[in-house]
Amino acid sequence: MSAEASKIGKPMERLEDDALLLGLSRFVDDIDLPNMVEAAFVRSPHAHARVNGIETSAAADFEGVIAVLCLDDIRQLLTSDKLAVGLPSPAYRQKVDRPILADTEVTYVGEPVAVVLAISRGVAEDAAQLVDVAYEPLAAVADCRDALQAGSVTAHTSLPDNLVARFNMNFGDVDRVFNAAPHVLSESFWQHRGGSHSMECRGGVAVHDLQEDLLTFWSSTQTPLVAKEMLCNLLDRSADSVRVVAPDVGGGFGPKLVFYQEDIVLAVAALLTKRPVKWIEDRREHFVATTQERDQYWNVEVAANADGIILGVRGDLIHDHGAYTARGVNIPYGSSLSVILPYNIEAYALDIKLALTNKVPVTPVRGAGQPQGAFVIERLLDRVAEKCGLDRAEVRRRNLVRADQMPCEKPLKLRGGTTVKLDSGDYHKTLELALEKAGWDQFPDRQRAALSQGRYIGQGVATYVEGTGRGPFESVKVRVDPTGQINVYSGAAAMGQSTKSMLAQLVADQLGGDLKSINVTTGDSSKIEFGFGGFNSRQTVMAGSSAHAAAVKVREKATRLAAALFDVTHDQLEWNDGIISVSGSSNRTLSLGEAASNLKGLPGYSLPAGLAPGLEFTEEIVIDDMAYSYGAAVANVEIDIGTGEAKVTDFVIAHDCGRIINPMIVDGQVLGGVVHGISNTLFEKMGYDENAQPVTTNYGEYLLVTAAELPRIQIIHCETPSPLNELGVKGVGESGVIPCAPAIVSAIEDALSPFDVRVSQTPVSPIDIVGMIAEGRTAP
Amino acid sequence: MNKLEHTDKDVVVTVNGKPRSENVPVRMTLADFLRHQLGLTGTHVGCEHGVCGACTVLVDGKAVRSCLMLAVQANSADVTTLEGLALDGEELTPLQQAFKDHHALQCGFCTGGMLMTLTEVLEDSPDPTEAEIRIAISGNLCRCTGYQGIVDAALAAAKILRDERRP
Amino acid sequence: MKPPPFQYFDPTTIDEATGLLGRYDNAKLLAGGQSLMPMLNMRFIFPDQLIDLNRIPDLTGIRRSGETIEIGAMTRQRELERSALVGEKLPILVEGLQQVGHIQTRNRGTIGGSLTHLDPAAELVSLAMLYDAQISIQGANGDRKLPFSEFVLGYMTPAIGFDEIVTGIGFEAWPASHGFGFCEFSRRHGDFAIVSASALLTLEGGAVARASFVLGGVDAVPLKMPEVESTLIGQQPGEVLYQAVAEQCRQIDAMEDSLIPADYRQHLAGVMGRRALEAAVARCRDGDLGTHE
Repeated sequence: MSAEASKIGKPMERLEDDALLLGLSRFVDDIDLPNMVEAAFVRSPHAHARVNGIETSAAADFEGVIAVLCLDDIRQLLTSDKLAVGLPSPAYRQKVDRPILADTEVTYVGEPVAVVLAISRGVAEDAAQLVDVAYEPLAAVADCRDALQAGSVTAHTSLPDNLVARFNMNFGDVDRVFNAAPHVLSESFWQHRGGSHSMECRGGVAVHDLQEDLLTFWSSTQTPLVAKEMLCNLLDRSADSVRVVAPDVGGGFGPKLVFYQEDIVLAVAALLTKRPVKWIEDRREHFVATTQERDQYWNVEVAANADGIILGVRGDLIHDHGAYTARGVNIPYGSSLSVILPYNIEAYALDIKLALTNKVPVTPVRGAGQPQGAFVIERLLDRVAEKCGLDRAEVRRRNLVRADQMPCEKPLKLRGGTTVKLDSGDYHKTLELALEKAGWDQFPDRQRAALSQGRYIGQGVATYVEGTGRGPFESVKVRVDPTGQINVYSGAAAMGQSTKSMLAQLVADQLGGDLKSINVTTGDSSKIEFGFGGFNSRQTVMAGSSAHAAAVKVREKATRLAAALFDVTHDQLEWNDGIISVSGSSNRTLSLGEAASNLKGLPGYSLPAGLAPGLEFTEEIVIDDMAYSYGAAVANVEIDIGTGEAKVTDFVIAHDCGRIINPMIVDGQVLGGVVHGISNTLFEKMGYDENAQPVTTNYGEYLLVTAAELPRIQIIHCETPSPLNELGVKGVGESGVIPCAPAIVSAIEDALSPFDVRVSQTPVSPIDIVGMIAEGRTAP
Repeated sequence: MNKLEHTDKDVVVTVNGKPRSENVPVRMTLADFLRHQLGLTGTHVGCEHGVCGACTVLVDGKAVRSCLMLAVQANSADVTTLEGLALDGEELTPLQQAFKDHHALQCGFCTGGMLMTLTEVLEDSPDPTEAEIRIAISGNLCRCTGYQGIVDAALAAAKILRDERRP
Repeated sequence: MKPPPFQYFDPTTIDEATGLLGRYDNAKLLAGGQSLMPMLNMRFIFPDQLIDLNRIPDLTGIRRSGETIEIGAMTRQRELERSALVGEKLPILVEGLQQVGHIQTRNRGTIGGSLTHLDPAAELVSLAMLYDAQISIQGANGDRKLPFSEFVLGYMTPAIGFDEIVTGIGFEAWPASHGFGFCEFSRRHGDFAIVSASALLTLEGGAVARASFVLGGVDAVPLKMPEVESTLIGQQPGEVLYQAVAEQCRQIDAMEDSLIPADYRQHLAGVMGRRALEAAVARCRDGDLGTHE
């Protein structure tokens, strides 16, 4: 059977665009149901306090208020008063699950205490001010290092200490390696990443249909099927009696993968009031009540030989976990892994401690811990280069995992127990491409010329490896209707990363036809049974593989049917745009719709060719190993030494995410990730004072980068297929973030080399830079 | 709470060319009025304190943050929202088409605001430089795209519009 | 983040507005809304009444009266930014306005609103101090005028009575040959200045004849610097003078907050002060000698 041109690899127009451009999209706040009430949450203003009572009568009596609910009001509908969501890990020493509404103690500013339901959000907020909570403020622990000191205030009064989890990663004989090494360098790093700040905050609408006894929950979530399971478990409802739908979602970036207190409270409120209930998070709530990433403190040593070969890395990491477990130990786990992924390192020992603090829980934000690990190894490589008198690019060349080592097993395991194995790639190639494009070798001359004019410019390089395609699977169903309509269903969740287009492109590649005519439904628990959703750059790999497999099966079945109907062999058939025809014959054709119609069957008649009924397949391709994307980035900066401002003037990234399905979409993902990384490195800092009070709670204080601060970012594509899935794809959503901080910080140090500045932190602010210049030795 | 006077008002606002007579609570923002009272949900609310720009609409041809205007302030004004850009609500403008061609939107939440700001900007500056575009959209935040596709779309659309105007 | 409840009035005359102010003791004026609305949305303030000034035609307009440019308090910042008259007579205003927020901000924001709000980091506030602009005020007890230096009482506290409104601002233009420089450091385009420096000067015979110099964002109020002005008068622009001025700027008592330490503000004052001065000198046409090099 002849093949028509593949659609894979082509920059096709997105399915999502028209609705979004015409204002026909539906985000959760666009949902307005008759008789709907709106919720406003009463939240703790204290980082740590006892709750000695909640007086709600004044609020409940306020005109326009339907109800005011505390934990005691909703307990009877719940199988548990806490959210047990942690990914399992033997590292845990303490179990700290979030109470659904505060019970006797609050442990972070923003923790939900009660909810007011009213005829409008404005009225709900008016009444919320009248809820009187008897707080007894307690000492709060703000710094994760202090939290682990003996005698520290405990984030929870009921717990003996703040060490919530501890684990280590090690391989090889670290002591021997370090004792014998010619060079041992040590450094300490502070790394801070901020919040999600998707442009759409969180939100949900819950409604209970009495006739059907169906609880429907529209939620701006990355994990609708997980949310459904949580609701079923917490409310003791059957799987058929709960439906969760992710409508259009305005960005997720990680924190929307979490199931929150507000989600279950809304569902309960809908059941209790017998009215639809809506809650839309406002931006100030996003700052205090949505999970975020925060601080890590590293003390590390690197052992190297005189040729700049890294022999070993060892040290410890303290990770700020926040007040409760809302996900797992995955961020510091990923950080620790990322240190050793791209390079050949024979010995490694990292002791990781996760500390409870009186701040909102920490869960992954785009990059999920990998940027922090990359930062550590990349900074250490710069130090080794300096010590050994090597160019910073050269030291990486000497240490990178080589193409001939692939697949490269690392002596470490993923959280599920599978061995870490870099599946494919040529790390040297992306490094060389990035260096070449950025003019790495020519830069020192440019730098000298600039310095003679009183300008301080610098360059930095970093490589990265991103673990993508987190398994074990993501279901996809492909069904053709007798009308010819192709339908694709998946529990995959779209949040802007073009999931629908990606799935449609893969299915269209097999079944032909215009992408736009394919009906893709993602994130609706009533349309698909199993799945997890969007996070960890997994959906192209997992859902894509399943979509491809299902579409292949649909195509095979339709082909078999045609062969039977026309009494020909497969190689006498052609596919063109969804029509199967006998080669050379214009009147022996079978469209997909006709095939589906045929396979519906007729009472009393046999189905053709002994085929099973229907033209639909559901696939769950299982892959436990992760597919590793990788690349290298070169950043150029210019520093105004008067103000301390560092500007990224150029940025080149050479990346490889395996086989590219749609280059336009891949570019968008890389660009978005890089800009997020630049924003983290130079602008974003979620500030807290010594009492764990948030001090940056609006966009004047917390800075997101805008278009005006950015250079054009240049992307070079490489494609080394992954052997782990039939498509050869790898994820790409988080790649761009990972190399930014190390490349930029390296460039800042390079620019400030006349002042002998050392930068061991990210983010870096102008105030930091002015301070560093003052502290360093002055230029001759 | 007592029912006070002067807490709601009758207004007539022309929205996307159509006069709308509505009674509005005086504390309702223009953003909420457009979205929930008129059902025009293309305008989005991202921060409610005047930084993210997702709520940008045109009032009398000028790009403004609708979260920082009260609905009553739009009485007698001419408001254009995202829904009012495309011809008959269907045919995309060159700027909207350019957004598609250059992958200038991903989740789409900031897109309405970006388009409204750029609509005024391209009217005022038919031949902007890249730097000028970047400054012009610095009051519109995007977390998905990294802005580059948006800048490319704006430059491409500016060229198309200039060519269209050429006699 | 929805505003708390309030009563709303939109008077069409100044007298109506001041009358309303006199009647209610917890009323707020609504001008461009770019500062007030965020505060309302975030429930930082709870006015019982909002008096909207946007429907009073007498409050808008840009007029020339001799060498003074009279600007109605409700004139939009964007209009000022694009006014040929302002560009010609008060060019530093255009330079400062281009840093005020973003297009959307300036399409609604007004000069009167900004000056009455009196945020010490606001560009227009520094520039009004630079010119010692004349503030016209109207109230139940009649009209009055006072120079901006007297209008500023303290941190975000203008010298205005509870039943008065600012109706206009008068800027006396400097000679056409004057040099001007507005230098601001902010983290991103459009953000409030962390520190700004603005300078006006004229040169005669190679020496500074007249100077005005203000630091913004460093203190609770914009800082006019007569000590810098005296240092400049009679001096030849050059490295020695720039360093002296930079040092004077660094010596100021700067404010501290949870995000920016005082010593960084002091450092920036020195850097920005020097740059504003250099820019002003570069732009200056010497009354005797032509453009200064």
